[in-house]
Amino acid sequence: MNFPVQELLKLAAKGGFVLGFVAVSAMFLIWLERKVSAWIQNRKGPMMTGPQGAFQSVADTVKLLLKENIVPSGADFFIWWLAPFFVAIPAVMAFVCMPFGPHHIVYDLNVGILYICSITSVSVLGIFMAGWGSNNKYSLLGGMRSAAQIISYEVPLLLSVLVVVMEAGTVSMQGIVHAQEPGWFILKPNVMVAFLIYLISATAEVNRVPFDIPEAESELVAGYHTEYSGMKFAMFFVAEYTNFFIISATTATLFFGGWLGPWAPSPVWFLLKAYGIVFFLMWVRWTLPRLRMDQMMTFAWKVLTPLALVNVLVTGWFLVRKG
Amino acid sequence: MIKDELVINMGPQHPSTHGVLFLELRLNGEIVNDCRPHIGYLHRSIEKVAESRTLTQFIPFTDRLDYLASMNNNLGFCLAAERLLQIEAVRRAQYLRVIVAELNRIASHLLAISTFAQDLGAYATALFYAMRDRQKIVQIFDELCGQRLTYNYVRIGGVSGDMTPKIAQMIRDFIASEREILKDYDDLLTHNIIFKARSKNIGVLAQDIALSYGVTGPNLRATGFNWDVRKDEPYLVYDKLDFKVSLGTVGDAWDRYFVRVQEMRESLKIVEQALAALPEGDPVVKVNKPFRPNGEVYMRTESPRGDLGFYIVGNGEAFPYRLKIRAPSFSNISVLPVMAKGLNVSDAVCVLGSLDIVMGEIDR
Repeated sequence: MNFPVQELLKLAAKGGFVLGFVAVSAMFLIWLERKVSAWIQNRKGPMMTGPQGAFQSVADTVKLLLKENIVPSGADFFIWWLAPFFVAIPAVMAFVCMPFGPHHIVYDLNVGILYICSITSVSVLGIFMAGWGSNNKYSLLGGMRSAAQIISYEVPLLLSVLVVVMEAGTVSMQGIVHAQEPGWFILKPNVMVAFLIYLISATAEVNRVPFDIPEAESELVAGYHTEYSGMKFAMFFVAEYTNFFIISATTATLFFGGWLGPWAPSPVWFLLKAYGIVFFLMWVRWTLPRLRMDQMMTFAWKVLTPLALVNVLVTGWFLVRKG
Repeated sequence: MIKDELVINMGPQHPSTHGVLFLELRLNGEIVNDCRPHIGYLHRSIEKVAESRTLTQFIPFTDRLDYLASMNNNLGFCLAAERLLQIEAVRRAQYLRVIVAELNRIASHLLAISTFAQDLGAYATALFYAMRDRQKIVQIFDELCGQRLTYNYVRIGGVSGDMTPKIAQMIRDFIASEREILKDYDDLLTHNIIFKARSKNIGVLAQDIALSYGVTGPNLRATGFNWDVRKDEPYLVYDKLDFKVSLGTVGDAWDRYFVRVQEMRESLKIVEQALAALPEGDPVVKVNKPFRPNGEVYMRTESPRGDLGFYIVGNGEAFPYRLKIRAPSFSNISVLPVMAKGLNVSDAVCVLGSLDIVMGEIDR
């Protein structure tokens, strides 16, 4: 049997790169969020650790690594212990078909975007496990809210992705990028609507303001991860920011032409677009108040889902007419 | 999923219970069946302490009641003491008192609306904006009396420090800048669609319930009831100043918020007028010390949170025989169980935030 050693080594190197990128990107995003929020709020943010506090996240990571791992009494240990992995691992796995450039992709699955959407929704299981296993009422309420929210927003999210898939004629991430070579999808009116729906639903998917209801600080302390400490907490935190990057990167790929761009190398364009969306979502987070649970559910089921359905129908009609 | 009542002990350490309030929430799912505020975590027996202090010595204690509006507390106590001792402050002191009381009302309302926004999930941005603006007021007070939080500025018979041209300029600058900045708050919060969705028609306080619970201040005015001690029982020189009492219409959380925003505008107007009309002279009147209060007096003033009353009984000794403080926050928090019933947790937090309570005043 011919064992594909070279292939495996190549994949391992790519995997190592993805893991490194996830860690660095999460740390960078945490620092960036603190700086952006400080900038919006007339503050300076972290300043002491390195130039402009650049190493603040490194210091925080070291601190969290050294912290004691506290198990709440009465916790359902197995579920409680497993939950962070269920949240963190799917977030990393989603990077498998994230197109950083024409050749900079771990593996261009032919189900690309479908894979990303499905793998990231596994994390809701981890969130609910954390809420259930912690033996804490705030965590339970947070977990329940989160499950309801993520499952509801999955529907408009996928429907808006469907519009892009119909336009591109493929589900592969690279295929979607290549389909945008004549012009970004965002320039088409029906995809513009899909973009708005996608961005709103994706914000809800990653529990950010105005949909940060599962973590609603003023109501639920910290929601589902209230009882986690040390590295287990860090895993939730990293997963949160990784998911945040994933939705921004996916938005860039689906609507803004991904790595397409003149002059600069394609990964630069990809990161530039992704971080542009990251910045926009941060801006939103530090400006808007939070919606209420029922308002948010009403919005998902009575506004976004019908709108997304109509959008799919209209897109289909146009495509059929065009032939 | 959960059939039984879920009891959640919110506080005394919880991000949204302002200070050390402990709310015992009984939930059916996320609907509040019952809400019981437990108070007393900040109790310092200030009323009892008053029985072993002279009236002058007690003024610093009033700073620690409603620590976000120390000037208004100083003022309320000193006015009560002056009425009991039959002293009248000089004209200049009266205008200075109006200026500091209204500036402190602005500072207090700024914190009230921004912590309310914080409770609605608008992360710290509004709070930091408010802190930036409050800092200007605090600096004015620092310049006036050397303190930033506990001022001990209003004294029996006058005030402790005089206005200088520099401070007057600081106040004028503040008025000019704050007029513009208040428009920012309107953009950020007042007319924000999510903010309105979260606070309109939430926690509607009926006028008769408000009156029967003794709710006062902006919370009462939000129900449309026209009651402002500054207008209805004028003290100091308020009857000579031109200002409007801002009223709400339905008494929901948004009205309570908006009444405060409007009051800040009116307070700016009052400060401007008082500063222009500030008479020359000595800010302190010569009084005979030690005071030997005899008889009893009840005097109420309009603090940022409502009717702040001081009831002092003296029997000719240096120390008062009894001192009772009618704290507006105490009445305002007592109406919370009525309002929170049947709301979900998020709205209960919104109602709590909109009532603007200060624990230092409730527990005394």
